[in-house]
Amino acid sequence: MSGFFDLPSDLQHSYLGLVGLHLREALLPVLAGLIVSLPVAQLCVRFRWIYPPVLGVTTVLYAIPSLAFFVVLIDYFGQSETTVMVPLALYSLVVLVPAIVDGVRSVPPETLAAAQAMGFGPVRRYLQVQLPIAVPAIIAGLRVATVSSISLVSVGMLIGNQGALGNMLYDAQTYERSALAVNSVLTIGVLGVLADGVLVLVRLLLTPWMPRKGAGR
Amino acid sequence: MNVLDFARAFFSDGAHWHGYDGIPTRFAEHVGYSLEALVIAAAIGLPVGLVTGHYGRGGNTLALIATAGRALPSFGLLVLMVIWLGLGMLPVMIPLVVLAVPPILVTTYEAVRSVDPSPVDAARGMGMPEARVLFQVELPVALPLIYSGLRTAAIQIVSTATIAAYVSLGGIGRYIIDGLYQKDYEKVVGGATLVAALALVTLAVFWAVSRLTVSPGVRRSG
Amino acid sequence: MVALAAATALLAGCSSDGDTNENPLTGGKASGDSVVVGSNNFPESNLLADIYGEALKAKGIKVTYKQNIGSRETTYGLIKNGSISVMPEYNGALLAHLDQKAAPKTLDETTKAVNAKLDSQLTLLNPASAQAKDSVTVNAETAEKYHLTGKSSIADLKDVAKDLVIGASPEFQTRQQGLVGLKSVYGLEFKSFKALDVGGPLTRAALEKDDVQVADIFTTDPKITEEKFVVLQDPKNLFGFQNVQPLVHKGTLSKEGVAALNAVSAKLDTETLLELDTQLQAEKKDPMDVAKAWLKSAGLG
Repeated sequence: MSGFFDLPSDLQHSYLGLVGLHLREALLPVLAGLIVSLPVAQLCVRFRWIYPPVLGVTTVLYAIPSLAFFVVLIDYFGQSETTVMVPLALYSLVVLVPAIVDGVRSVPPETLAAAQAMGFGPVRRYLQVQLPIAVPAIIAGLRVATVSSISLVSVGMLIGNQGALGNMLYDAQTYERSALAVNSVLTIGVLGVLADGVLVLVRLLLTPWMPRKGAGR
Repeated sequence: MNVLDFARAFFSDGAHWHGYDGIPTRFAEHVGYSLEALVIAAAIGLPVGLVTGHYGRGGNTLALIATAGRALPSFGLLVLMVIWLGLGMLPVMIPLVVLAVPPILVTTYEAVRSVDPSPVDAARGMGMPEARVLFQVELPVALPLIYSGLRTAAIQIVSTATIAAYVSLGGIGRYIIDGLYQKDYEKVVGGATLVAALALVTLAVFWAVSRLTVSPGVRRSG
Repeated sequence: MVALAAATALLAGCSSDGDTNENPLTGGKASGDSVVVGSNNFPESNLLADIYGEALKAKGIKVTYKQNIGSRETTYGLIKNGSISVMPEYNGALLAHLDQKAAPKTLDETTKAVNAKLDSQLTLLNPASAQAKDSVTVNAETAEKYHLTGKSSIADLKDVAKDLVIGASPEFQTRQQGLVGLKSVYGLEFKSFKALDVGGPLTRAALEKDDVQVADIFTTDPKITEEKFVVLQDPKNLFGFQNVQPLVHKGTLSKEGVAALNAVSAKLDTETLLELDTQLQAEKKDPMDVAKAWLKSAGLG
């Protein structure tokens, strides 16, 4: 009952179970955010006038604290994982859309012209030229979104123990077992750093043409 | 009732406008916590970022610290600090500062490092001491980017300071936490609206400050 | 925003383990035929949920737990719509939630009054004799300063309340058995209110450190004797009867299940509850272990 990885019964999960739950609750929203942000970003690139209002709306959404979002959404999705994941997906969207727009816009016009000259249609040009060149920018956005998502899941504890590893914080407090809180904070921190590392690796794999050195941003 | 109705009901209730739980008090408390955290974070992040950026060293270490700082959950850190330090201001300041230092530090470093080297070399050639090179040549050019780092930090602080209410402090988060436990959605929606409004005010303040302090030449080229 | 919510929900639905994906407010009954035992966000409620839940398990009934959900304001809605089947409740507190004006004089009256106001989907089983009341409790310094003893009444704070800060859970602020009743029944108006937790570590710490002079502490809290806190008498019975009593969503429990819970309540008295709370909070034992050990010793596990 006192081991660092022994969890109180009311959490109803093993340590690794909570880690799995946490990753699921944190990463699915980022994935959803990515899936939705690609077409939204493409729209913003195609129709320039959409971008400023989209940026405005996303800035306001980003300013709403996660806790408030969770509590308001209880009305729609109950005290469930979905309530935690929807705001996280929104935050991801907010980070990803500008990242992708900037990335796609950074493709030099000569490159686009060359692709067109080679007979690429708009879809193929998007998939094979614009998107790959935007990869570093997209990954940079994904890194921010993923790390903050992993950190924010813990706040879900407040809405009826939907915070995965964050739920340990409640028990740490009520049962005065600070080791549980240390465990929770460190595990979430390590998960964040690891996820960040994985994304850096993915970028290196996806962009073999980029210089390897000096990418430590 | 939808979200807008809740917000309207919250702000039109006269009882929410005075006393220790009134909007002016809670708003002022929130601004107070946020400013304190931002000042502490800037006092740490700015000097370190300026110096490392000036000498162009330590970028990888900074990136590592920044990633670690971002990865630590503010909410978890808050609960841990309260368990260790008890109730009070300090356990709230620690997670807010940890949250705010990375964006300030990294952006300041990047801002100074990426200043066009030719005027810097020219200044050195004219015999300017390093401190003057930093403050009179690099800093004015780097200012817009530095502001953007401070702005990101400020927005994150304003939004995250709501969790202070979980450990019994005031601020706008009070409405959100109380609303959650009292099942009073008016309060939750009202609180969320106030925080979002404060974030927008913060953006406006930064915009104004940067209009006033960034040299027009830099602004035009940026 | 809608598309995003849909995408998230879709992704969540696609993932392999769907056990955590039910939707308590809009969704229907609890999944399958397992009984869902819920609890509020304080340790004694977790413990009672474990005790009642394990007693059901001992009869071969399938049980799942939903612990630490939040305040009664939330859990009552959840049990009403059937996403929870059993909640350990306190009869007087439940009554105050349903009817602010009720002031029953006896346990029987309390039961009658609650039953009259209870949602038609819900039913209360037999009450235990165990009581855990909210209380108005002052710390040792305050007791000394204003000459308050265990015989003093809440009413004795009338002239000094304006100098005192009271601390309790956020929901205490708007409850009849809270600031509302303290004002209307005893005429107390405190200098300010500090939102803490449900008689938990924040409340105890704040009272110990004199951040608050008055606090809502459970009468079953072992800290009261340890820290020489003084619990004030409640002659007007604002906090009423607070017997532990299982609240059940109708049709979720078999006759056997009902009998199992009633058997638990029959053996649960205040002394036992105090002893179990001490094991939980002072000896830091796991609530599930405490629950199982007691059920065994009582011949119910």
